[in-house]
Amino acid sequence: MRTQPGCRVFMVSCLAVTMLALSLAARLAMAGDTQAEPDASAAQEAVDNCVACHTENDMLPAGHLDADVHMQPGLSCAGCHGGDPTSDDQEIAMSKAKGFRGVPERRDIPAFCARCHSDIEFMRRYQPRIQTDQLSQYLTSVHGHKLAQGDQKVAECASCHTSHAILPASDTRSSVHALNVPGTCGKCHGDADYMASYGIPTDQFDKFKMSVHGVALLENQDTGAPACNDCHGNHGATPPGTTSIGQVCGHCHVNNMQYFSDSRMGHAFTERGFHGCEECHGNHDIHKTSDQMVGTGDKAVCMKCHKAGDKGYVSAGQIYEHLTGLASVYAQAENAKQEVERIGMDDVEIGFLLQESHQSLIQARTLVHTFDPDRVKEKTDEGTGKARSALEAAAAQVKDFHVRRRGFGMATLFTTVLVLALFLWIRQMEAK
Amino acid sequence: MATRTDRQAGAARAGAGGRLFGWLDDRFNISPLIEFMRHKTVPVHRHTVWYYMGGVSLFLFLVQIASGILLVLYYKPDEANAYESVRFITTKVSFGWLIRSVHSWSANLMVFFVFVHMFSTFFTRAYKRPRELTWVTGFLMLAMVMGFGFTGYLLPWNELAFFATKVGTDIAGVVPFIGNAVKVLLRGGDDVTGATLTRFFAIHIALLPAIFTAILAVHLIFVQRQGMHEPDYVQKLPPEKKSLMPFFPNFLLRDTLLWLMVLNLLLALAVFFPWELGTKADPFSSAPQGIRPEWYFMFMFQTLKLIPAHVLFMDGEVLGIMAFMVAGLAWMLVPFWEAKRRPGGRARPITIIGVLAIVYMLAMTIWGYLV
Repeated sequence: MRTQPGCRVFMVSCLAVTMLALSLAARLAMAGDTQAEPDASAAQEAVDNCVACHTENDMLPAGHLDADVHMQPGLSCAGCHGGDPTSDDQEIAMSKAKGFRGVPERRDIPAFCARCHSDIEFMRRYQPRIQTDQLSQYLTSVHGHKLAQGDQKVAECASCHTSHAILPASDTRSSVHALNVPGTCGKCHGDADYMASYGIPTDQFDKFKMSVHGVALLENQDTGAPACNDCHGNHGATPPGTTSIGQVCGHCHVNNMQYFSDSRMGHAFTERGFHGCEECHGNHDIHKTSDQMVGTGDKAVCMKCHKAGDKGYVSAGQIYEHLTGLASVYAQAENAKQEVERIGMDDVEIGFLLQESHQSLIQARTLVHTFDPDRVKEKTDEGTGKARSALEAAAAQVKDFHVRRRGFGMATLFTTVLVLALFLWIRQMEAK
Repeated sequence: MATRTDRQAGAARAGAGGRLFGWLDDRFNISPLIEFMRHKTVPVHRHTVWYYMGGVSLFLFLVQIASGILLVLYYKPDEANAYESVRFITTKVSFGWLIRSVHSWSANLMVFFVFVHMFSTFFTRAYKRPRELTWVTGFLMLAMVMGFGFTGYLLPWNELAFFATKVGTDIAGVVPFIGNAVKVLLRGGDDVTGATLTRFFAIHIALLPAIFTAILAVHLIFVQRQGMHEPDYVQKLPPEKKSLMPFFPNFLLRDTLLWLMVLNLLLALAVFFPWELGTKADPFSSAPQGIRPEWYFMFMFQTLKLIPAHVLFMDGEVLGIMAFMVAGLAWMLVPFWEAKRRPGGRARPITIIGVLAIVYMLAMTIWGYLV
């Protein structure tokens, strides 16, 4: 097909314009994609001259960890310290003009961290579910008060979280993971020299690790058991006061707190300014409770305040008798169940009865916090009834076991007679 | 068809029994069978007592079938319910405890009597011509009885059985070339799981009984066709010095007498030493102390424990397994290779081998339980 020269020029021009337009559209599209990338990714892709220079000169801060929670999404050094990590010129990169803040003074650290951690919008981009009130809580804490007063020894953010090896609390390597919290707090609070100027005890950690909570947490690795922060708070760390101590314990021991609060004893404690749960159970060295803690014996905590003959003395004695009565019958029933199990008889029903009895025993022990012998008795009677039923069921199984033996002993005797008769018959038959 | 003479003999039998016999004989020609039974005899000599061992094993197999069928009515072969169903059988089902105990005890007694039967046959050299195949079928049944024991041991899904099965199937996995495939086939996967339990159940109650019954039938037909073997010294006696006993009723009554005694023993064991259930298997827990197989596997287990990890260029365990396989094969084929006694020699080499085998098995079993 032949074409006119003018027409050919027109077609080439159209093609050139179309290609140019497509090329521009593609560039625009690519530019749009780049802008859609999060800042962190961009920072990650770019060379971080802070890390590059400090690594090259062997000047990375002590304890620096690549797995640090801030390093992971690419916040890097400049995220906290400011400056321009894209510049390889130290003068420019670490200039005030580029927002370089340097190493903060100890007293400034909470505000330093709070620049981001108190910024809801900012935090939403990285940790949408994290709290943003750490600074305000910290300022209410003993640590916060003392720091504001110029005390340079008290804990600030980095004291617990570290500076450059910060890991999420869910990470078992983290200094603030539940299993590591007692050790982290104990680092200062267990150091008698360091704490000398504050005049407070330094044996909390030693006591805690021997306590029922400490054994559960540190020995059994049960992270459901409380660490220091579960009672004292995290950022707003304050010793629980006289009125709040019951609430602190009651956070987990709900029924005990409720019974205690509603009891006459609870009201009397409040009036006299006694420390709720702590008066009987202690604080850091809380040991596993026993029935001997109640009553009038040597180990009974009731006798710290009550004397022979007073109303509390009588009630304590009655509660002790109810509890130990049930515990004793329960132990007998448990032994009987083991015997039934040993001889291979049916212990299923006995097991259910024992479970119910044990449940009553636990509830009765909780009801001790009502300090009402009648309420405790009501529950122990219930449990004793179940334990006695278990004992009867066990006795029936043991009896049945012996009946079986006797019955089959008879059957064996019958078979033996049959064997003898057959033997004699064969002999007689073969003698003929 | 029955002959006229047979029918006349049948008619001569008085009463309803005679008429029933005549009716059956008319249709199934059973007179020759009765005649065969009537004329069947059993040699009487000082080793006659060993003839009863096969019968006792058969009786215990019948007990196994009967008690096993009753157990299957309630047993549930899956990981979640197996233990609970056995517990239910022993605690809730009427006489379930007795049936379960009888099943367990008779399984062990059966293994014992099968071993006694085998060794008595071995030492009286009853396996030699023309009874080679009777011996081979007997050996196959011995292996299957041990298979019954191995598969049945896991079924209650208790801790001891679970870990013993783990160890047992691990040992099977050591066999060169086919070991791993056998292990996966047995386990129904890489590990002992609910799939293993279901598989063992199927093998225990369907596969093994079907094959075992067929081989047993062949074994019994061989015995009936060839009669009881006479030891060498009896064979050499002149006919007038040989003593014979009618099979029916004399031998059968004596057999019944022994069966009753064994039944008595079985009931006494079941009642006074009920089989324990133990604790439920937990695949995620670590193996408890004292894991050991059933007593009839103990000599092999102990041997494998004692063999060093490496013997020359071979893995010790592989060497042990291979040695047992070769020994088993040689034992099964003993009628075909038995070494003859040298002239003037006191004891037959085969007798010495048999005695050594028993001493070895006993010593290793006792050692296994003591250590």
